[in-house]
Amino acid sequence: MKYSVDKNGFYGDFGGAFIPELLYPNVKELEDNYIDILESEEFITEYKGLLKDYVGRPSPLYLAKRLSAKYGGNIYLKREDLNHTGAHKINNTVGQILLAKKLGKKRIIAETGAGQHGVATATVCALMDLECIVYMGEIDIERQAPNVARMKMLGAEVRPATSGSKTLKDATNEAIRDWINNPLDTYYLIGSVVGPHPYPDLVTRLQSVISEEMKKQLKEKTGKENPDKIIACVGGGSNAAGAFYHFLEDDDVELIAVEAAGMGVDTGETAATTKMGTPGIIHGSKTLLMQDEFGQITEPYSISAGLDYPGVGPLHAHLFKTKRGRFLNATDREALEAARELTLLEGIIPALESAHALAVLSKIEINDSDTIVVNLSGRGDKDMDTFQRELGY
Amino acid sequence: MNKLQKLFNTKKKDILSIYFTAGFPKLDTTGEIIKGLEKSGVDFIEVGMPFSDPMADGPTIQESSEKALVNGMNLDIYFRDLEEIKTQVDIPLIAMGYVNQMIRYGSDRFLQACVDVGISGLILPDLPLKVYEEEYKKKFDHYGLVNVFLITPQTSDERIKEIDAISNSFIYMVSSASTTGSKSDIDNSQLEYFERVKSMNLNNPLIIGFGISNKETFSQACEYASGAIIGSAFVKAISKESNYEQISSFISKIKS
Ligand SMILES: Cc1ncc(COP(=O)(O)O)c(C=O)c1O
Repeated sequence: MKYSVDKNGFYGDFGGAFIPELLYPNVKELEDNYIDILESEEFITEYKGLLKDYVGRPSPLYLAKRLSAKYGGNIYLKREDLNHTGAHKINNTVGQILLAKKLGKKRIIAETGAGQHGVATATVCALMDLECIVYMGEIDIERQAPNVARMKMLGAEVRPATSGSKTLKDATNEAIRDWINNPLDTYYLIGSVVGPHPYPDLVTRLQSVISEEMKKQLKEKTGKENPDKIIACVGGGSNAAGAFYHFLEDDDVELIAVEAAGMGVDTGETAATTKMGTPGIIHGSKTLLMQDEFGQITEPYSISAGLDYPGVGPLHAHLFKTKRGRFLNATDREALEAARELTLLEGIIPALESAHALAVLSKIEINDSDTIVVNLSGRGDKDMDTFQRELGY
Repeated sequence: MNKLQKLFNTKKKDILSIYFTAGFPKLDTTGEIIKGLEKSGVDFIEVGMPFSDPMADGPTIQESSEKALVNGMNLDIYFRDLEEIKTQVDIPLIAMGYVNQMIRYGSDRFLQACVDVGISGLILPDLPLKVYEEEYKKKFDHYGLVNVFLITPQTSDERIKEIDAISNSFIYMVSSASTTGSKSDIDNSQLEYFERVKSMNLNNPLIIGFGISNKETFSQACEYASGAIIGSAFVKAISKESNYEQISSFISKIKS
């Protein structure tokens, strides 16, 4: 298994747990227990049960005929947008909340960018009757207002992160500091395949249901388990990790990861980490990140709050380095146009994050016989303000 | 044996250490602050290398770091500033920052620069024990630099012993489960923890830090450890004026 995490928590050169001693016991507790819990029959039954009856899985695999007619091949959309709460994020929070309960934790903290992970966390906390505090950058609180209201209605406390770029990176710093200050009763429910080991592996496993279902659905619909290409957007990389997971060792499947170029990769206003990044440590993980020559982490930029992050998860850094993954990017404008296009062709308003994945359909070579899956990680309701402003509705 | 190790050989109690962020309050105040602290009778200094994402730090040090970076502080200037005062000061210096700064600078280049400017040791809170042992210990030894590890109320006795075995100057005993600058006084559960670690009779002296802010907490800490470190309270005290009067009046209140 070339792409699995090793016993030290590394994917090739990337990963590990670069955390202050203050967090060592917390992370160790998680590391010592997560596999046993995730593989226990009790957990599997509860997790699968909730995914089916609460989240609404399996999510459909939909053949987008008009989109296919435009770009060629058979383009399928993995409809994570139809999940309860509107994105893939809930697959992870349902799993981690069960884990937190098994570990006896009483208080849940999370970071959020687009607010989708915050909503998904607040949702499962309401379900399990646990206290929930979500850290969110001040700028994101503004640009994702509907999700802030949802979190509050769900009973969560939303705490603004006011340092640095006031976005996802800073919300993550605040969540980590909260965990340092509350090491015993608190569970840090991280939202992507980032952070110290074992989080990247934990979140990847919980999101891997996406590719597990894809295999089955593709077999039913096309007679073959493997598509030719899978396309997913990458912020931290959780929807992509989930969509790629069961195909990682199948070299005939091209894995395409799409980062947010923001205003353009060379403008300085970007979040295209593998293009602009270098190896280093961010949020406890050795990975690729955008930084200056002195190791100061650069403030990223993307119109999409969920992709506005200066790093990628260590699995993706490894996929990039080994060339197993093909890393492309899309600008704000390209993503907005792709969102408009999908809406008009298929009657589906995608999240701005997912629109980045759609935006590369025009940039890749597609044969008529190709089977392509685009992971439609979320729906666009939360982005209506941005669409109205930028697309003039 | 470097300066810091010598200090612990000769002084066994009431050791006072101060943390401040280089480049704060102004870009060019670093050298003056170090001289002022030495003259005021401080025993050793942690010179903070400001970092964009200081995850173990509370608001005071976060703000000082942000300001220092806006002021233009970077590692080249940091080393240059220390080089300039090298022959004028004798007080042991520790560079404190985050591991990404060392990695990005290049660890050999970074450690060599530390030695060249007279730094005795490093505190990199997010450099894990295991990674230090496997990847960096040889290098630190080669350059004659010490690495200082943290312990907290949650650190097991077994791990404290491991940390003691690999340490060669002092152990940084974090006073409570918190980021820097969080608490104002010391409660009973903290005293129990101090007592527990003290009674382990470790090879390395203990220095207590995080939340030590005034004469009372400093004296209390010194009952259980060889000394204590004051960070956020000092940074706050010099946030407007960092001249010698300001520094010596802060220190004399602690030592009085
Ligand atoms: C709909 C949607 N897609 C993608 C992302 C990006 O996260 P990740 O890269 O972890 O999938 C987010 C994050 O908020 C999101 O809300």
